[in-house]
Amino acid sequence: MLEIKNLQARVEGKAILKGIDLSINAGEVHAIMGPNGSGKSTLAQVLAGREGYDITDGSVAYNGEDLLDLGPEERVREGFFLAFQYPVEIPGVNTTYFLRAAVNALRDHRGEAELSAVDFLKLMREKIQLLELDESLLKRSVNEGFSGGEKKRAEILQMALLDPKFAVLDETDSGLDIDALKVVAGGVNHLKRVDNAQLVITHYQRLLDYIVPDYVHVLVDGRIVKSGPKELALELEERGYDWIIEEQVA
Amino acid sequence: MDVKDAASRLLAALPEGDAAGRTRFAELGFPSPRDEDWRFTPVKPITELNFSAASADADATLEGCVFAAIDGPQLVFVNGHYSEALSQVGELPAGVEVRPMSAGDCPTPPAPEDAFGALNAATVTDGPFISVADNVHFETPVRVYYLSTGSNGATANLRGYIRAEVNSRVTVLESWTGTQASYFNNASTELHAADNAQVEHVKFQDEHTGAFHVGGLHTTLGRDARVAHHSLALGGRIARNNLRAHLNGTGIEAVLNGLYLPRAGQLIDHHMVVNHEQPHCDSHEYFNGILDDDSRAVFHGRIHVHKGADKTDAKQTNKNLLLSDSATIDTKPQLEIYADDVKCTHGATIGQMNAEQIFYLRARGLDEESARRMIMHAFAGEIVERIQFETARQELDRIVWNRLEQMGGLVAA
Repeated sequence: MLEIKNLQARVEGKAILKGIDLSINAGEVHAIMGPNGSGKSTLAQVLAGREGYDITDGSVAYNGEDLLDLGPEERVREGFFLAFQYPVEIPGVNTTYFLRAAVNALRDHRGEAELSAVDFLKLMREKIQLLELDESLLKRSVNEGFSGGEKKRAEILQMALLDPKFAVLDETDSGLDIDALKVVAGGVNHLKRVDNAQLVITHYQRLLDYIVPDYVHVLVDGRIVKSGPKELALELEERGYDWIIEEQVA
Repeated sequence: MDVKDAASRLLAALPEGDAAGRTRFAELGFPSPRDEDWRFTPVKPITELNFSAASADADATLEGCVFAAIDGPQLVFVNGHYSEALSQVGELPAGVEVRPMSAGDCPTPPAPEDAFGALNAATVTDGPFISVADNVHFETPVRVYYLSTGSNGATANLRGYIRAEVNSRVTVLESWTGTQASYFNNASTELHAADNAQVEHVKFQDEHTGAFHVGGLHTTLGRDARVAHHSLALGGRIARNNLRAHLNGTGIEAVLNGLYLPRAGQLIDHHMVVNHEQPHCDSHEYFNGILDDDSRAVFHGRIHVHKGADKTDAKQTNKNLLLSDSATIDTKPQLEIYADDVKCTHGATIGQMNAEQIFYLRARGLDEESARRMIMHAFAGEIVERIQFETARQELDRIVWNRLEQMGGLVAA
């Protein structure tokens, strides 16, 4: 589904990603862990198509297509989704209106009829229950005044509405208390199917108690330095990252 | 030309009017930026006008004006003078009076609170008089058109009067437009809603962008009255709105709702004071602005909860979207509370159409142009959608939409 080869990226002249190789198949959940500044979020942003990153080498094939050639919105229309680490507040843009426009942009791309306001509301009610979100949030501006936990849950609500084939969750767990974490993880797990895949980026092993990955990758200084089964995450939790870094040096 | 000189030049140009009021204006003179209420709105460009009294113009037309598709009585004032030719009142139900002020008795105006008020009281030419008697629900909106065809300092002082008696209901739609630069309209409108009356008042201000507009709205509300005022401020080189509301009974619901869209060279100012004088009243003040180019906007909102006005529920927001680095907003939301048991909130936001927001929307599948559009239109739509009278709302929504399409955020994309 997703094939990253030797991906290298710079921000303001500074190399952040220094050759990432990663292959993800349908039905799989991969986790990327790593210390601060290792390039985790940069990878997420590059995959989503944010401007300001200089791709200096490598490729990302997504279902056989060159992902890096597509604009951010085109990626989404092809089934890509990024749950943001820091969702942006957009004062004045009503949440329901925004979500409906996003869903309809996707439907339009697929040649499906737009959802009416009534049908959309029905769909949304069903999804917000999954995230245990208060319906009143939907009447507010996008993310405006939401608590940290509400923002993260709203991200997963969007994921549920857009039903992506490939989702990247960028530190969706950070800042969440354990109850909110369970809700978010429950939502993500609910969306998992054999024909889609998820890449979970996290700083803490804790999330992986609830979203169980098939593979864990350790990102250090812009490279994946170790990959392994889910047990690797537990080892990282116990031993930290230093031993891997030392292993690399040696 | 100093400011003192401007006041006397203006008085010399205007009809005699009321001597005491003239003296008062001469004493006060034009406000200076040292005056706290005018700190961010320098009226110097007004004082530099070569004043003359705006005169009637038989060639003026309503072509291109809003609300043309709406039936009902319409009063038209051209350069401050009633235009019989353009006005249409027709048959009115019993208890409804719609006429120019000049055609009958005028209630005594309230004591002016500032120089522009004093000037208005002293030298007013004409304006609408709209009155709806007890228990009359007048479902047809009354339209009032203010046309300006003067230029080069042509000054008109207008006074409007709207009274909705007990249990009555009325909708008033105002339109302000002009064809030439550098005229000056100084207007004052009183809106009295008696007990249990319902009033919707829309002010669509699209004056020439070289013109000057100072408009006061003085609202008094009786018990259980429901009043919504919508200010759509698009025009004027300097456009100042003085909104004053006195919630003078229990159970009142007042909504002051405003949108301003200044572009190059414009300054639009809303200066609002809401007085909660009795318990159990709700007031909501919503003002959104989208500023382009080097434009400026000012929002001053004070909610004054007087002693004894318990259970007041007041909510005030002022949100601003800056499309350009050189646009400026001065916002000053204030609460003054002298009652114990109240619920009051206020807040102001200022934001730019930033890359983060646009990327976020694109990362949800919207193309860049749609993303910019969404941010702008929704911001404006939030205000427009509060207009209850549907035909007017739809038309104003379209006008605002078209205006936004001409603003920088979209063209630059």
